[in-house]
Amino acid sequence: MTNITDLGVAAIRAGVAQGDFTAREVAEGFNANVAAASALNAFIVTTPEKALEAADKVDADRAAGKPLGSMAGVPIGMKDLFATHGVQTTAASHILEGFIPQYESTVSSNLWAAGAGMLGKLNLDQFAMGSSNETSYFGNVISPWKRSGGSNAQMSPGGSSGGSSTAVAARLAPAATGTDTGGSIRQPAAFTGITGIKPTYGRCSRWGVVAFASSLDQAGPMAHDVRDCAIMLGAMAGFDPKDSTSLDLPVPDWEAGLDGNLKGKKVGIPREYRMEGTDPEILKSWEDGIAWLKDAGAEVVDISLPHTKYALPAYYIIAPAEASSNLARYDGVRYGLRDLPEGSGLQDMYAATRAAGFGDEVKRRVLIGTYVLSAGFYDAYYTQAQKVRALVAQDFENAFKECDVILAPTTPTASFGLGEKTDDPLAMYLNDVFAVPASLAGLPAMSVPCGVNSEGLPLGLQIVGKAFDEQGVLNAGLAIEERARFTAKPEKWW
Amino acid sequence: MSNYRIQGATGEWEVVIGLEVHAQVTSQSKLFSSASTEFGAEPNAQVSLVDAAMPGMLPVLNGECVRQAVRTGMAIEAQINKYSRFDRKNYFYADLPQGYQISQLYHPIVGEGQLLIAKDEKAGIPQDKVIGIERIHIEQDAGKLMHDQHPTMSYVDLNRCGVALMEIVSMPHMTSPAEAGAYVRKLRSILRYVGSCDGNMEEGSMRADVNVSVRKVGDPELGTRTETKNVNSVRFVMAVIEQEARRQVDLIEDGGSVVQETRLYDPDKNETRSMRSKEDAHDYRYFPDPDLLPLNLEDAFLEECRSSLPELPDAKRLRYTGELGMTDYNAAQLTAEVETFARFETLLAETARQAGKPEAEVATQVANWTLSVAPGVIKSLGADARLEHNTAAANAAILQMVSAGTVSGGQAKEIYEIVLKIGREPAEIAETEGLKQQSDTGAIEAEIDKVLAENPDKVEQYRSGKDKLFGFFVGQTMKAMQGKANPGVVNELLKAKLG
Amino acid sequence: MSVDKQIVAKIASLARIQMGDAELERMVPELNNILSWVEQLGEVDCSGVEPMTAVIPNTLRLREDAVNADPLTGGDRRDDILANAPAREHGFFGVPKVIE
Repeated sequence: MTNITDLGVAAIRAGVAQGDFTAREVAEGFNANVAAASALNAFIVTTPEKALEAADKVDADRAAGKPLGSMAGVPIGMKDLFATHGVQTTAASHILEGFIPQYESTVSSNLWAAGAGMLGKLNLDQFAMGSSNETSYFGNVISPWKRSGGSNAQMSPGGSSGGSSTAVAARLAPAATGTDTGGSIRQPAAFTGITGIKPTYGRCSRWGVVAFASSLDQAGPMAHDVRDCAIMLGAMAGFDPKDSTSLDLPVPDWEAGLDGNLKGKKVGIPREYRMEGTDPEILKSWEDGIAWLKDAGAEVVDISLPHTKYALPAYYIIAPAEASSNLARYDGVRYGLRDLPEGSGLQDMYAATRAAGFGDEVKRRVLIGTYVLSAGFYDAYYTQAQKVRALVAQDFENAFKECDVILAPTTPTASFGLGEKTDDPLAMYLNDVFAVPASLAGLPAMSVPCGVNSEGLPLGLQIVGKAFDEQGVLNAGLAIEERARFTAKPEKWW
Repeated sequence: MSNYRIQGATGEWEVVIGLEVHAQVTSQSKLFSSASTEFGAEPNAQVSLVDAAMPGMLPVLNGECVRQAVRTGMAIEAQINKYSRFDRKNYFYADLPQGYQISQLYHPIVGEGQLLIAKDEKAGIPQDKVIGIERIHIEQDAGKLMHDQHPTMSYVDLNRCGVALMEIVSMPHMTSPAEAGAYVRKLRSILRYVGSCDGNMEEGSMRADVNVSVRKVGDPELGTRTETKNVNSVRFVMAVIEQEARRQVDLIEDGGSVVQETRLYDPDKNETRSMRSKEDAHDYRYFPDPDLLPLNLEDAFLEECRSSLPELPDAKRLRYTGELGMTDYNAAQLTAEVETFARFETLLAETARQAGKPEAEVATQVANWTLSVAPGVIKSLGADARLEHNTAAANAAILQMVSAGTVSGGQAKEIYEIVLKIGREPAEIAETEGLKQQSDTGAIEAEIDKVLAENPDKVEQYRSGKDKLFGFFVGQTMKAMQGKANPGVVNELLKAKLG
Repeated sequence: MSVDKQIVAKIASLARIQMGDAELERMVPELNNILSWVEQLGEVDCSGVEPMTAVIPNTLRLREDAVNADPLTGGDRRDDILANAPAREHGFFGVPKVIE
């Protein structure tokens, strides 16, 4: 028998349902992997007992002949941005250290209801602000991948869902939740050779997810393959009356709808994504992807997304603006850190608490956001950015008159070494240049691994679909997956 | 134009006033969470995870609050904006857990409207005046801080946090304390008619920010204004204007200038003072709340709002003076408060029913009874009045006996006293307590004859032209009848006999 | 538009983040870098374009006015509200004394 922890969501669920192994055995296997992987720093908190408890319930239900949920017996990692009842939730920030929610996020509740169990809370960039997982108060997450040729450099797992990408890639969890504001699911998935999908904005409830930028934040699954993502997204998604931006639509059975035959489908190739400075190996992987989709029966069309270049700067106004307001609640009054210097008043307490509680990148973005919203600058920055955002969305709408899905690279480069980009925030931001446009437009988008570069590091291809058409995205992803036959794995060094 | 003037050393000044009234919307639950709005709960008992701004909490809009704001807008004949939006107003304070208040700056739900304040010469309002209203928007109330419970700490209670408020912003159209007072009273009356706010200023359901500036009479330019926050009674609103106008005039005449600032009113000292603690460089960084979508109101929703509006004070007053033939004074008095007109209209319907007459024919009688007779009796009884006996049926029965001439006005009051104390049937009281007046012409005639026989000289004087003596004969006759004679019958018989 | 140390200090104060001199000075070039980069948005002709307010066309739903309709968004859970409070006093949150 193969090692249980090499299995993905579908295989575990099937094995448990058929009695090949128990859910408890699965949980124990992954708990052991988690316990042995502290060198990766993927988890902020581990909850082996939660994983076992959920597993035992599944085993008992199965023994009693009760119907099992779509994630029955699958232990997962939970990004530490989702509030979990009774389990510390920090957003990887000192300011929330020790915060124990008295509530459970809608998405995590949905997953538990579907029979999943929790292995622990996954590390991330602080408040999901970052693209390399180097802004966490709880330390960097380290990718299980190394450059080939015996390099010892620690590589970035991407961000902000870096704990999630590392956990899945290193087989500490068969799947994990992620959140994507400007690429935070797709970019880490690409960096670690796994699959991740950000659904249409509003598919997954934001209730109980620590907010970064409300108009962009969207949860999604990160797993080994397209099928696992389809299963897990089905469990996470659904209308939630507690979230005003939640989509009141039925959740399709994406797994049942999986079909890698793209006959009759048109795939758009956006010419503006051929940016100067993009790694030639990335461009090569894009060509491969085009060939694979043709092979799957799709017609390839050239499309234009003229405002692509402006998406990233617009994002770096809108997201910090929303964040500056969303993070105002961390003030030391009701929960989390309080720094009260001797003899200080209320406003001093706020300033001291926030200075001590927020990391540098968070402060930087809160300041940018505060500035662009301040009197006299609002129209020049924020209003202009929201207009550009409307144009970016309009570009996609026009493009989708000519195609069903769009294929592009996920990132302009493969993973980089930790510390290589931390001196230049702007260079770091540019990592999300291909991911951000779909975020601004609220469209479903996924990253699928397509190969490794000359340094042995994984590369990902991105598929962007029409609003609500996760199925189209998943199917195109499946077509690539079937042809890329990505089997590379990081060699275990931890 | 009011003639309110401030006499300064350099001449006459006038005052320009605008009011921002914050009215708590009548709803069971809060604007963006389902926690209760009920007054007086234990601290922090009516606080949801949303109100406490726990990480990841999101607002969901209460439809009733939207409905009430729209109905209020309709009641002031305002433009209702089918498209509106919520914005965040960002600032840090311990009573504001989110670090922002959800409000509506750029696209309020209600646009321009107006409100009529009635002429009241005694109060210094020489004619009816229309006061423009700029907008009404919906926003969250903040929590409460208590400063006197601990030597080094303030305590935070978030029960009120997130309760829905309407902010009703007037134009700077008022020019005297009296107009401002009348505006607040009228607005309160409309809100209570509509049912969108209970108007209870003591419990803080209504409070006003008072914007005051002064200028030389005839100067077309507005002066610099100050804003006195959270004024919680009509009397204080008027006092703030008087004090603030005086202070500004004195300041300018002494060579100073008015600073645009936020002030606070101290009722004990009857003065306003600068709120320096709030003066720290305000920059609210308003932007559309990304947790909420634009609000689009459908025609059916607006139609329901409109059709559920009651008859409003101005329309009611016109109907009372027109259809019901009432005096302006009575109409104004009866329509000012919801309780008053409700009591009046119930009694009017019952009285008309018992009398088998149209309402217009009994309206004046019911109005007088409602406004002066009944309140007088209730007041004189004090704690002895048991208001559960104060039914429309009993009141109408008394009025019916009065108009039939069965009981006199004085007897009616006595019967009413007994009704209020004990609750018996008015007709039965009149019978058993001897509280009926005599309409039997035979008995009255006998007494008249006696009176005339006893006063031959006065009869002589009357007949020779001293008409005033008629009252004397009426008085003597009534006295002889122990006040129980029907005065109408007495008059008629006396006239006939005196020739 | 660019910021200097004084402006950064003002923004930091608005955002209630205490910053020392050294930190302010470090922030100035970082913020200017980002600001001058985002200013390329000024090149885009946005005449006639409405700023985006809803990512996915969707209308705002109105909630029924019912108390504690969903316990997750209702009151009557004071212990939960106060569970993580740094200073909890007789059912209140405690903060340093505010002079109004």
